[in-house]
Amino acid sequence: MEAILLQILNGLDKGSAYALIALGLTLIFGTLGVVNFAHGALFMIGAFCAVMLSRIMNYSRVIIDESRTDFLGNPLKVEVPYLHDWFGPEIGQTMIEWSVPLAIIFSIPVMWVVGYVMERGLIRHFYKRPHADQILVTFGLAIVLQEIVKHFFGANPIPTPAPPAFAGSFDVGALIGFDPNVIIYPYWRLIYFAFAALIIGAVFAFLQFTTFGLVVRAGMNDRETVGLLGIDIDKRFTTMFAIAACVAGLAGVMYAPINAPNYHMGMDFLVLSFVVVVVGGMGSLGGAVLAGFLLGVLESIASMSQVIEYLPGINQIVIYLVAIIILLTRPRGLMGRKGVMEE
Amino acid sequence: MTISKTTIGRRGLLKGGVALGAAGLAAPTFFNSPARADMHTGYLNAPQGGSVTLGFNVPQSGPYADEGADELRAYKLAVKHLNGEGDGGMMNTFSSKALQGNGILGKKVEYVTGDTQTKSDAARASAKSMIEKDGAIMITGGSSSGVAVAVQALCQETGIIFMAGLTHSNDTTGKDRKANGFRHFFNSYMSGAALAPVLAANYGADRKAYHLTADYNWGYTTEEAVTQATEAMGWETVNTVKTPLTQTDFSSYIAPVLQSDADVLVLNHYGGNMVNSLTNAVQFGLRDKMVNNKNFEIVVPLYSRLMAKGAGANVKGIFGSTNWHWSLQDEGSKAFVKSFGTEYGFPPSQAAHTTYVQTLLYADACERAGTFNPCGVGEALEGYFFSGLGNGPTIYRKEDHQCFKDVLVVKGKENPESEFDLLEVVEVTPMSKVWYSPDHPQMGGEAATLGECNTGA
Repeated sequence: MEAILLQILNGLDKGSAYALIALGLTLIFGTLGVVNFAHGALFMIGAFCAVMLSRIMNYSRVIIDESRTDFLGNPLKVEVPYLHDWFGPEIGQTMIEWSVPLAIIFSIPVMWVVGYVMERGLIRHFYKRPHADQILVTFGLAIVLQEIVKHFFGANPIPTPAPPAFAGSFDVGALIGFDPNVIIYPYWRLIYFAFAALIIGAVFAFLQFTTFGLVVRAGMNDRETVGLLGIDIDKRFTTMFAIAACVAGLAGVMYAPINAPNYHMGMDFLVLSFVVVVVGGMGSLGGAVLAGFLLGVLESIASMSQVIEYLPGINQIVIYLVAIIILLTRPRGLMGRKGVMEE
Repeated sequence: MTISKTTIGRRGLLKGGVALGAAGLAAPTFFNSPARADMHTGYLNAPQGGSVTLGFNVPQSGPYADEGADELRAYKLAVKHLNGEGDGGMMNTFSSKALQGNGILGKKVEYVTGDTQTKSDAARASAKSMIEKDGAIMITGGSSSGVAVAVQALCQETGIIFMAGLTHSNDTTGKDRKANGFRHFFNSYMSGAALAPVLAANYGADRKAYHLTADYNWGYTTEEAVTQATEAMGWETVNTVKTPLTQTDFSSYIAPVLQSDADVLVLNHYGGNMVNSLTNAVQFGLRDKMVNNKNFEIVVPLYSRLMAKGAGANVKGIFGSTNWHWSLQDEGSKAFVKSFGTEYGFPPSQAAHTTYVQTLLYADACERAGTFNPCGVGEALEGYFFSGLGNGPTIYRKEDHQCFKDVLVVKGKENPESEFDLLEVVEVTPMSKVWYSPDHPQMGGEAATLGECNTGA
């Protein structure tokens, strides 16, 4: 029982990342009709926003420590971050340790600009082209973006830890009546889950309760009629692309302490996220979120050794197996709308 | 005294090691072999002009690109030293004095590079191109056992010598060994044999281990080697779980460890897998847990400094093994670190070390054999004792073309002084403790053979 509860927690946590990426994908597909294979790269750029801010905050001057030597026997060069000089070693170090939460603020304008430039500079030229062309150009763009990141940051993962205040684990089991230390879960993963819920709620609220959201939803249903009413729907859709980029970016920033960012982390999530979108139903925001959590939980439970013992290899195929079953029984996905990608 | 080209057992090996230190090396017997007579004809890509071309096949893209870049730096440094440029590096400390800094057999060393992409098919294609289009006389490199085994097989088919780079699976010189292939790097068996006594000494003989293993060739051989070696010390293996190579978040594999009776987690992972699984295990508080009244411990059988950097502070206090480390204080290591560090501004990785050494060993074998003929070169390498290249006395065993030398057991450093100072050597396990018979079951048993040397003629 404890094992299953722990795996459900894991699944919800994994599902948070899937849901956030799939939500952005669905927003772009639902508004612009573009199948964006570069969306995983946006997630990766978000994670590297955390790396970048950490590097900026660690920007240092070099002092020579004559009492110690480097690997060549020369006096050791010691780097002292400017933040230590400006705010004192303790406050400066605390600021550096909080670089990931601060990167949330840093990443929003960065991701907005990246999303805006990507849409205006490239993707808008492919609106009227077949989906195959869109897939090819966005996949190519994803490769270009990851190679750029690799050029500047290298191929190896870069550790980007959470603030020390969030190190360690929370005893979830004790909270719900289990023995102490039976179901413990890392603080940062719990924060990631809460953060994802907040972002998903904010996106839905934005679309549901603002005039802008109303226009976008109307445009998603009938672009032509909204255009005939004199509303510049393209401009709003560009904004939606930038919002989707920010959602992916924020998912990446918060993911950086969970797994050290590397240049191909976006590709690792991309295929799974597309499966999530298809299972949830093309163009369905609610479906994307639901499928994200559902597949996350199923994947975690399938990874249990008790399950693998009876169904060897199930952990590697469970997501695709579920996708096949759902598409056979509900061809439009869990919450898919009629007419989307069916022309 | 002639100690090259011998079929040697453990006892003979020890005798030979002592003799090496006492008497140095004498002329090998193969100088009279037929290969010497036809110096530059009768084999594939025999060099005709004033230069000879080596093929460096490393991952220049993909997840091991940083490791590949370090290998390439080492190769370029080796070429410089072979051509008489720079400070000579380990050529000055190498027990063999056949290399004079005038290229190989008087021919200037040139090189071409290929990108393996850490994919077997891409690695074979780039090696094939270097052999067929660029006339490479030798192929070397790789940062993956899958790649090494694939390229080694290609070199065997075409008749080119393959000097393996970073490849740790038993299979490279075990069941997939080839007459044209040679490995200086250590292997899974050696990691297990070196680690197990250190683990038992530090954590006790009454331990229950849970293995997470990367679901591919290297993972299997490492799991087998470590389970057998630790079980021989009294440990119990409570579970072994295969994890997909593409896995990034290991939380769903770590959680069952918490529910098991295990008090040690062994991560048979390398590269990004190792960084992520170790990070996740530490996040879940495994290292703070008490199980069976013992501190829970984590073990990483194969360490790489470049990868340890990715795991950051999570490596602190965690045991593993490595082929070489820049902090070693023998003359060869010091010369190499100085040479590499002066050239590039940072210390070399174990991948850089093994590739540099392989290039020197190949060149030296050509000089001693007096030919580039793969069979002559192979004969010169087989059973060859040497020292001064950073790992102490070493032998290239004739039966499987595996180098035997001391193995380093390392631990993540608690208080690193620089970004390179991540691991500390806690034990140098002598060669005799990691020795095994060529027909050991982990190495393919009696069925495993080198086959016939191929000149490609």
